[in-house]
Amino acid sequence: MMEKSRRSFLKVAGIAAIGLGAAPAMNFAASDSQGSAAAVKAKNPDALHAERWGMVILVKKINDKIAKQITHACHTQHNVPDFTHEVDTQKFPDTRPVNHNQEIKWIWKEKFHYAFPDKEDEFLNEKFHHLPFMVLCNHCKNAPCVQACPTRATFSREDGIVIMDYHRCIGCRFCMAACPYGSRSFNFRDPQPFIAETDPDFPTRSKGVVEKCNLCAERLAKGEQPHCVEAAEGAIVVGDLEDPASEIRKLLRENYSIRRKQSLGTEPSVYYIV
Amino acid sequence: MLEIATKGTKNYWLWIAFLLIVIGAGTVAYLDQFFNGLMITGMSRDVSWGFYIANFTFLVGVAAGGVMVVIPYYLHDYEKFHRITILGEFLAVASLVMCLLFIIVDLGQPVRMLNVLLYPSPKSMLFYDMLVLNGYLFLNIVIGWKVLEAERNQVKPPAWTKPLIYLSIPFAIGIHTVTAYLYCGLPGRGYWLTAILAPRFLASAFAAGPAFLIILCYIIRKFTKFDPGWEAMQTLSKIVCYAVIANLFFFLCEVFVVYYSGIPGHQTHLQYLLFGYHGYNALVPWMWSGFILMAVGAVFLVIPKLRNNYILLPVACAMIFFGAWIDKGMGMIAGGFVPSPLHHVTEYMPTLQEIIITLGVYAAGFLVLTILYKLATQVKEEVGG
Amino acid sequence: MTKNMIMGGLAVFVLAVLSPFWFNMVTTTQAAPEPELLGPAKEARKCVLDKYDMRANHMSLLDEWRDAVVRDADRIYVAANGKSFNMSLSTGENSCLGCHADKAKFCDSCHTYTSVDPYCWECHTNPKEIE
Ligand code: SF4
Ligand code: SF4
Repeated sequence: MMEKSRRSFLKVAGIAAIGLGAAPAMNFAASDSQGSAAAVKAKNPDALHAERWGMVILVKKINDKIAKQITHACHTQHNVPDFTHEVDTQKFPDTRPVNHNQEIKWIWKEKFHYAFPDKEDEFLNEKFHHLPFMVLCNHCKNAPCVQACPTRATFSREDGIVIMDYHRCIGCRFCMAACPYGSRSFNFRDPQPFIAETDPDFPTRSKGVVEKCNLCAERLAKGEQPHCVEAAEGAIVVGDLEDPASEIRKLLRENYSIRRKQSLGTEPSVYYIV
Repeated sequence: MLEIATKGTKNYWLWIAFLLIVIGAGTVAYLDQFFNGLMITGMSRDVSWGFYIANFTFLVGVAAGGVMVVIPYYLHDYEKFHRITILGEFLAVASLVMCLLFIIVDLGQPVRMLNVLLYPSPKSMLFYDMLVLNGYLFLNIVIGWKVLEAERNQVKPPAWTKPLIYLSIPFAIGIHTVTAYLYCGLPGRGYWLTAILAPRFLASAFAAGPAFLIILCYIIRKFTKFDPGWEAMQTLSKIVCYAVIANLFFFLCEVFVVYYSGIPGHQTHLQYLLFGYHGYNALVPWMWSGFILMAVGAVFLVIPKLRNNYILLPVACAMIFFGAWIDKGMGMIAGGFVPSPLHHVTEYMPTLQEIIITLGVYAAGFLVLTILYKLATQVKEEVGG
Repeated sequence: MTKNMIMGGLAVFVLAVLSPFWFNMVTTTQAAPEPELLGPAKEARKCVLDKYDMRANHMSLLDEWRDAVVRDADRIYVAANGKSFNMSLSTGENSCLGCHADKAKFCDSCHTYTSVDPYCWECHTNPKEIE
């Protein structure tokens, strides 16, 4: 007689059930079955709040070493795959060769004329050509990516963070076409083999979804500063743009700042002070 | 009526078998993509849409082109088109099937496709594109089927098809307009950010669709006893002619604005497509051949003597069809992504596997087309004799 | 079509629809595994919902949690029994896996038995699996 588990029974049952359609989804009520006090969902009491989160990057304080530190801190702790990482062939046999044009990045350094292509100038002060400009998602107030997304997988949070629901993304990449800053990356393949060490504090992504900087929403929720701020040795400040007393508002009051492609009306929340 | 498709000549079955083989190859290639992700394509972080979306865009045009026979026949009672309206409608059906398949093969998470319906997003153009594409597909299936059935039974088509037919006209314009809006509403992409995009799409659609229809008429004449009518084909060729001229004209308007204003964000894309940019020029030969094909085709069709030539007409139509395909299928999408928003240049070429999947989708579309055309021509043969 | 053909077709259909039961009759069945409470869960003995509710509805609960965390930025769940939890599958002490220390014996045993393969784990990595 054939030895089998409930598993195989259900598999056959499943095959037989094809055509009957999916079972209706369970409707779960947030109260318990005894009808005592209802459950509530709340924010962490230590969470940092802002009316509209923003970032100021003090470009002069960043050199190549700090730039590297920033990218490294963000990417390793968000489990962003590094396609130059040598794959552990024991754990991931048959990993196919990499197309480096399909890379994934959240925050990285660019030369001035790439970060600000509309501000190209042949007589620009020489030193600008060598400064590393950190670029990332601008968490635009009028974000074209949010407008484009057909599933609201990309959306603007109340506090101005443009964030993604990786569970919902269908991978149509409309948002990538819509973003005027090249801030988004697509998981062309399973990222797992290219993550040197998975950080258990943050989920990885699956193949077929888009991803980008989330302004460390998971850290702000615990009352901590974003990874890049911690790694930047004072060169990156994150705070509330709507609060006149905040540090970033002070910086913006006292310095001349620029934003990327301001003329497009997307209202980026990332400011550069040069 | 469908039983007609189960009886055919040896050639018919050979052709069906051939299509099934191509579909099979495409399916195998697609399954690999399904399990391993879109890494198997030539797309990249910078060029995040490629061959699939390009062919989708082109085929939306072919589908919309079907309306060019519907309008004269139903709105202007142009009797000559009586025999070919059904061909236009069925061509639209087959094209839309391919369009929807192309969208599906392009998705990173196809199993979550229904999220578009579960979380409708009225601000997203893709939402409206889904509505009009499915709506137009539905309309054409119903109309085509009902009208053909009535013809077979030698009765008048039911009265309720009339409003549907009128409705299908704005839908045809709508599918290609909304498809253009997918692109031209994006602030950061200079090549697409132009109000002429939707008219240009429509013009090239009204050229490519009827051009293909003319070629199909030739094929039908050769393989069936049904004659779509030389005069209808002549009228169609005039439509193709003016549409392709409008398309070229719109393109020249675009070229003028871009080069005369000299705004770099807009100019670099066209520069890349037409002359190469910073030494990158993979698409230059394509673009030029596309426009030369369309221009020469237009000249052929403008001159009555050449247009009336039974041998030359399909050649001119093929030239226009392929020219439009290159313009939309190769240039339109990749051109919008090169250079990237940061002015980096990553070039794009589809991989072999991507091409096989694409061919599989085309084969599926042709299978639908073959079956529908088989029905249509057979019914017409039966009643018309 | 003859009456016989219709009846024959119906018979085949009924046989096919009941195939799981035929399959079950010719094979033996294993008893359902008991999920084991290990680690902190063993002492706590108080979960987000009561046992039976949890058994039946944990996926719906997780679905609700994920929307709360991702979309509303709410991360704390104060359950009806007064205890509060970190709405997370795998991160931190107060998450599902933080309390249920052994995923294999708690989650997987049932999942395998019921033949479900939730893809949650593809991204929400079990912290214990990372060396
Ligand atoms: S930078 Fe791009 S991805 Fe970020 S919010 Fe703006 S448009 Fe969206
Ligand atoms: S790829 Fe995902 S996030 Fe981007 S638009 Fe499509 S569904 Fe939305």
